[in-house]
Amino acid sequence: MESIKDRVRAFIQKFYRGKNFTDEDDIFALGFANSLFSMQLVMFLESEFSICIENVDLDINNFRTINRIVSFVQEKKVG
Amino acid sequence: MKTIGVIGAGTMGRGVAQVFAESGYKVVLIDVRQETLEEAKSFIYNMLRLQPIINKELSNNNVDGIMKNIDFNCTYKELETCDYIIENIPENLTLKRELYKEINKFYREDCLIAINTSCLSITQLSSFLRKQSNVMGVHFMNPVNLIKAVELIRGYHTSKKTIKEIKALMSSIGKESILVNDFPGFVSNRISHIYINEAAFVVQDRVAGVKEVDDIFKKCYGHKMGPLETADLIGIDTVVDSLEVLYTSYQDSKYKCCPLLKKMVYAGKLGRKTKEGFYSYI
Repeated sequence: MESIKDRVRAFIQKFYRGKNFTDEDDIFALGFANSLFSMQLVMFLESEFSICIENVDLDINNFRTINRIVSFVQEKKVG
Repeated sequence: MKTIGVIGAGTMGRGVAQVFAESGYKVVLIDVRQETLEEAKSFIYNMLRLQPIINKELSNNNVDGIMKNIDFNCTYKELETCDYIIENIPENLTLKRELYKEINKFYREDCLIAINTSCLSITQLSSFLRKQSNVMGVHFMNPVNLIKAVELIRGYHTSKKTIKEIKALMSSIGKESILVNDFPGFVSNRISHIYINEAAFVVQDRVAGVKEVDDIFKKCYGHKMGPLETADLIGIDTVVDSLEVLYTSYQDSKYKCCPLLKKMVYAGKLGRKTKEGFYSYI
């Protein structure tokens, strides 16, 4: 089964074909992502991992890097 | 509380409905397709819920209250209750003419009508409506909730009172109005569609790839978005329709649509809304 990281990377990669970025790169600082993308990412995470993202979670810092997104999803799944 | 009739719940109409509802107006949202209304409801709900992620100053404390300001189950008859109508159906003269024939039966004599179009002549469109002095063009930009200005178009018969009131209405939802005269494409599309079309030709002729074209505009000219990203955001079908209007209106070959754009429409690659255009989205 694909790991959370693989699924998140595959989602982001679909938007930004041909771009190379590491698990620690800030996708917003690199200019890959815009405001609409951030909303699509949140909706993807909710449906893909069956989690509910609440108001307190709506901080862009939770979604800046692949590693942070993975940690966030893992915490929500445990919580 | 004033009531706004928003006709068309597609990409633009749903954004327009959202901003008016957020500003406390009662919104009557009408579309001929029930499926489109359901998509619009879910889109607006998610936009309201998730907008703090875009800007921390944007709140999502009252999502349910704002959603209650929008009535998604309306017919044209409800236009009788509207103080303003914002019409957002596709850029197609025949469709608009048919719609106007229908709504002419319902809206009040004092209702002001804003036609949200990016290229069709406001003077011509208003000739299909009752009381032409109450009609003007309002070209909202996508995404409606984030762009702080609108292109306001004065038709031949638009009264000064209508201009003043529509400007005040735009100001009440936080939009600055930039007033221009009526000629097909106005200022925005008359210029932007030339460079979008030429960008498509450049890709078709393999002078450069999609990314390279957009990078030139972003990294060399400092634009926020490149022309092909913009085309995806607008919708490739809408771009093709707009070029058709511009070409028909001016009879100038500079507006002849790039075959690649037409091919993308035939292939269903319409941009963000179909998740595939010059770029992929999911």
